[in-house]
Amino acid sequence: MSIDTEPASTPQPSPPSEAPARELVMRLWRGDASGGRFMEYRLAQQEGEVVLDVVHRIQATQAHDLAVRWNCKAGKCGSCSAEINGKPALMCMTRMSTLPVDEPVTISPMRAFPIMRDLVTDVSYNFEVAKLIPAFKPRGRDADGLYRMAQVDIDRGQEFHKCIECFLCQDVCHVIRDHEENKLHYAGPRFFVRLAELEMHPLDTLDRRDYIGRDMGLGYCNITKCCTEVCPEEIHITDNAIIPLKERLVDAHYDPIAWLGRKITRRPAPLPAAKAREFTGAAHAQAGVPAPPRTAGGDQGAPEPGPGA
Amino acid sequence: MTDNERHDFDVVVIGAGGAGLRAAIEAREMGARTALVCKSLLGKAHTVMAEGGIAAALANVWPEDNWQVHFRDTMRGGKMLNNWRMAQIHALEAPDRVLELEEWGALFDRTADGRILQRDFGGHRYARLAHVGDRTGLEMIRALQHRAVSIGIDVFMECKIVRLLQDDAGEVNGAVGFWRETGGFVTFGAKAVVLATGGLGKAWKFTSNSWECTGDGMALALWAGADLIDMEAIQFHPTGMIWPTSARGLLVTEGVRGDGGVLKNQDDERFMFNYISPFFAAETADTIEEADQWYKNKTDFRRPPELLPRDEVARAINSEVKAGRGSPHGGVFLDIASRRTPEEIRRLLPSMYHQFKQLADVDITTTAMEVGPTCHYAMGGVRVEADTEVTTVEGLYAAGEVAGGMHGSNRLGGNSLSDLVVFGRRAGMSAARRALDGLDAKPISQAQVADITRHAVSYFDNEGTEDAYSVHRDLQETMQALVGIIRVESELLEAKEKLVELQERASRCAVEGNLSFNPGWHLTLDLESMLAVSNCTTLSALERRESRGGHTREDFPGFRPEFENLNMITRFVDGSYVLSQEPKPQMPEELAKLFAEEAH
Repeated sequence: MSIDTEPASTPQPSPPSEAPARELVMRLWRGDASGGRFMEYRLAQQEGEVVLDVVHRIQATQAHDLAVRWNCKAGKCGSCSAEINGKPALMCMTRMSTLPVDEPVTISPMRAFPIMRDLVTDVSYNFEVAKLIPAFKPRGRDADGLYRMAQVDIDRGQEFHKCIECFLCQDVCHVIRDHEENKLHYAGPRFFVRLAELEMHPLDTLDRRDYIGRDMGLGYCNITKCCTEVCPEEIHITDNAIIPLKERLVDAHYDPIAWLGRKITRRPAPLPAAKAREFTGAAHAQAGVPAPPRTAGGDQGAPEPGPGA
Repeated sequence: MTDNERHDFDVVVIGAGGAGLRAAIEAREMGARTALVCKSLLGKAHTVMAEGGIAAALANVWPEDNWQVHFRDTMRGGKMLNNWRMAQIHALEAPDRVLELEEWGALFDRTADGRILQRDFGGHRYARLAHVGDRTGLEMIRALQHRAVSIGIDVFMECKIVRLLQDDAGEVNGAVGFWRETGGFVTFGAKAVVLATGGLGKAWKFTSNSWECTGDGMALALWAGADLIDMEAIQFHPTGMIWPTSARGLLVTEGVRGDGGVLKNQDDERFMFNYISPFFAAETADTIEEADQWYKNKTDFRRPPELLPRDEVARAINSEVKAGRGSPHGGVFLDIASRRTPEEIRRLLPSMYHQFKQLADVDITTTAMEVGPTCHYAMGGVRVEADTEVTTVEGLYAAGEVAGGMHGSNRLGGNSLSDLVVFGRRAGMSAARRALDGLDAKPISQAQVADITRHAVSYFDNEGTEDAYSVHRDLQETMQALVGIIRVESELLEAKEKLVELQERASRCAVEGNLSFNPGWHLTLDLESMLAVSNCTTLSALERRESRGGHTREDFPGFRPEFENLNMITRFVDGSYVLSQEPKPQMPEELAKLFAEEAH
């Protein structure tokens, strides 16, 4: 059975809170770039916990060196992304009561990124792509030194700004999830959101459309909406960012009126890709990174019991 | 182990929250070669958790507002213990810093005529907080992060600094840290170092603070011989989540009250009317009718007591719970459901809606929240010179929560985000000036580097059963129970003794596993910082024999005039924590007049 690409079953209703303490069986992927396996940990169920609480309890009592990345534990920083029973999610915002606890709960690192250790992955690809984005370039201020923008014109931008950079959308995007080589010429959903926010910013003056099509690989996305489904901030990535970007790109190339309008008045010429790279001084994502574990369970052999099992 | 990676910069900024990012941007733009070193990934710092807004007298909503009013509110909120010059600079410069964030791409909520909208918050006379719903910190950190990336600042992510380096004269000339991924050590040479590491909430059990807030910068400064100031002043935010237990301490933004939410006890009483102290009586409504009018008309009506400064509200909640009038899980009720429509609540407070729905299965548009005090913010911190943010050690600067003085004994909501950018910028500027002013790079002592790395890995050689997780848990229990919201001499003395015992246990912690991304090892080093700041807080709390702002002594209730003008200074000398009381700087006559005029 492979559960790593299938979304988990729909959340189960919470068990009654007065239920007696039961045993949780947690299967955590442990290892590093050279390999690893699932380890099983058993501990008593506690009321009101999220997955990250349980991982922390394992860390404090059974596996002091268990590597897990987390910061705020409030769904605001996007650090604790993982795959819970095969479904990409934030560990801090997934209540244990939404998981079927009669079966072992499996937690594995995000698959689209190379393993550092245990549940921690190397997400530096995202930070390299971020360096390539041509920066915000605002128009001048009004005569009194202020900027004026109508709320209605920034609502969409504010939706995009909710992004907590958990990179779950990148993890689940099939263009890179199973094709490491595509990272060289594909920015991924998080950065399409970023580009859309810049393109739709009422103050911005830069035209990034050619660059988005040519160097950010927008065309690879075939709008399967996997990214939208996993977004913990409920950003409509596909409908509100990617599709409008695709439409703008089409306009830029095929609509003579839009082309003429742009030529005459609206915006300066698009930034050539080479120029953008030179400006940011960044190399694109490196190739040759080791592959993350391919499955979230099943064919790795029987899990070994953890020391506290 | 000693084969260290080495990097040399003009300016090294430690910490990449709002203050660190702003400092690095300023230093870089002035032409200094600048490094930004942070314990987490870029953009994950505790600043992202700031919710309500950034305070600045933009006067977009209330034209009557200006920097003098903001200055006065800040000083009164801090119970006059603030460094007056920092409070003045802050009030003067905050508006420019907000407009600058906008120029870097931030999208604040707008007024009807397209300017930046401002919201009401506790202790601010006028609606003053520029905001983005209830996720203002995220907006701010992204704007700064994108700016920092676009100007090519070198960022060292997931790199923990263990100690600062100093030359023979004691001037700071670098720092030693390690990559969390590999455990490999890194030496930074620097002509100036800026501390921007944030707070220390993780030493308490119930806290709104994130993983990183372990007092690192305060401890680094202390170990380098710098002064800490007023460490007793810890803010317990009145409204943290109470239930479920795992979410206990998570922040519920003051914006809930700013937008009309009220506090009630189990008898459905708006109890805050029973807790209006004489200090604020003249400006606080004493009837529900007047309080409710104020949201629309601030000229003719006084503010509701739910919007008293945070220390007042936290103590009131504490008293209600103690008197047996609390909510089922030991807090009180925060009710916005009966005050605003569901649509308004979801628009104004989307994160709060989401947080309660997801973690507690509570719909705040129909049900009151259960809330109680949570350890939130350190007003005290590294002592700095107000204009330049230089510490008492040459070459070392500090800005943001790690620095002390600006907020006195209690911080007003919204003044933190503005503090980060106002003083982050100034610290970056001062550090860059020092570095660019023809200063030669000071040679680094390899012996110092070797000592630091040897110490950091020594925990791997320890044997026995002591582990950092247990010591951390016991430290949190100790600080929560004995150095919490209400303090008394006998308990503080008990805490002091327990800290000695915890220190000894911490030194025996044994680490399992290896150097690669090993949280057990990382925690042993974070514990060193937490123990250092806990000692300073306990010592200062013992010596300030009065109640002021975030420091409440059951045995010394109320202000005591002899302490009004004294700062508690803590230092680490020959392996011991020592305290001295020093007079605070006195504000000039023209500023003092602002308070005399307000008195009647």
